[in-house]
Amino acid sequence: MYDWQWELIVRWLPILFEGMLKTLELTVVSIFLGSIIALFLALARISKVKIFNTLAIAYIEFFRGTPLLVQILLLAYALPMFFDYTPNLYIAGVAALSLNAAAYIAEIFRGGIQSIDRGQMEASRSLGMTYRQSMRFIIWPQAFRRIIPPLGNQFVAMLKDSSLVFAIGIEELMTKGRLLQGSTYRSPEVWFTVALIYLVLTLTFSYLVNRLERRLSISDSRS
Amino acid sequence: MIHVRNLHKYFGSLHVLKGIDVDIKPQEVVVVIGPSGSGKSTFLRCLNLLEEPSDGTIRINDKEITSNKINIDRVRTEIGMVFQMFNLFPHLNVMQNITLAPKQVKGMKDSEAEYLAYSLLNKVGLSDKAMAYPSQLSGGQQQRVAIARALAMQPKIMLFDEPTSALDPEMIKEVLDVMKDLALEGMTMVVVTHEMGFAKSVADRVLFMDEGLIVEEATPDQFFSSPREERAKEFLSRILV
Repeated sequence: MYDWQWELIVRWLPILFEGMLKTLELTVVSIFLGSIIALFLALARISKVKIFNTLAIAYIEFFRGTPLLVQILLLAYALPMFFDYTPNLYIAGVAALSLNAAAYIAEIFRGGIQSIDRGQMEASRSLGMTYRQSMRFIIWPQAFRRIIPPLGNQFVAMLKDSSLVFAIGIEELMTKGRLLQGSTYRSPEVWFTVALIYLVLTLTFSYLVNRLERRLSISDSRS
Repeated sequence: MIHVRNLHKYFGSLHVLKGIDVDIKPQEVVVVIGPSGSGKSTFLRCLNLLEEPSDGTIRINDKEITSNKINIDRVRTEIGMVFQMFNLFPHLNVMQNITLAPKQVKGMKDSEAEYLAYSLLNKVGLSDKAMAYPSQLSGGQQQRVAIARALAMQPKIMLFDEPTSALDPEMIKEVLDVMKDLALEGMTMVVVTHEMGFAKSVADRVLFMDEGLIVEEATPDQFFSSPREERAKEFLSRILV
């Protein structure tokens, strides 16, 4: 029978906690940056200008059609060799996560915007408001409520997917686990604990997303 | 006020409008009737360029709106439109629905826009609903708010696209009454409708459309008592049971 040692876990907690904070940081930053990029992608995707449309589709297909791990290695190792510069691995990791998230979030935004009835834009334009004013005051506020739940799910998915940056040594939760495992060979304690921390993170944020979703649906039924 | 010449509209290969010519004078109330699929809504939607004409010209207030030099947003501020499905903004209350465009487009001050909105709500008989959200209103009330919203831009022309077709029967009258008052005040109106009673009592002129053309043009009296065209006779015999 395996000699499970609780006191090891207690001793590791500060290290794992540090990794957890890094995981949260990576997730928040890449969802935030990804959302900004996604906004432009989504607008390009619904644009009538053919070239914008094609570029947005190509971007989205590439980042959704290749493994995130490959994208991370491309940005961290392949591009620096190709263009001959010294990479900052942290920035490369954040960039890969953000660019990847943007592809998924762009489709969430597009779905939200296109789910708004065509009559809303027509009514707004018929009052003399410009396309931009209509998007800002009429379409976007309505789309936003529908976007929040899937965006929350994307956030939860990113909590887990960010673990892939272990491949370039960014010291988030996954990497901390590997370091501890490498120095102690206590795989059971390490990986059960790491799994539990991820689970606590995802369950917490899923719960928060659900609550937000309920609150939005209440204010939605009012309007 | 409105001069349409040789207006054509294609949707893909479908030829929906096949050369419309019509002139509408200031303060005139024109009712457009015809079977479904005759192009009457498309014609109406071309007048404020919600549909882009494929060919022909439209002049409104001496501006050729079909020219590509025109600022269509500016033109639309002078043309109000009321839709079959109301299209109120569900995330805004009645007051915000009415004041948004005057504030954003005309730069009207809050107090001024709200004063205007209250006077319009009074006019459509809904001054107690300023803080309500669209979902809290009946269909008839929503359509009256939609009329007030369009009027808030102080347009010179009002377009109505089957404004009562989505309403329960008992709510149709309250909307038609508002439209009748508007006509009496001298608003220039183009109304696509199936309400023959409204056409008879309010219209100055009836346009009968079929298969993308204006087939007959007459005063309501002439049109309903002795239509000239065979297709108009047939249409009337089907709806006036």
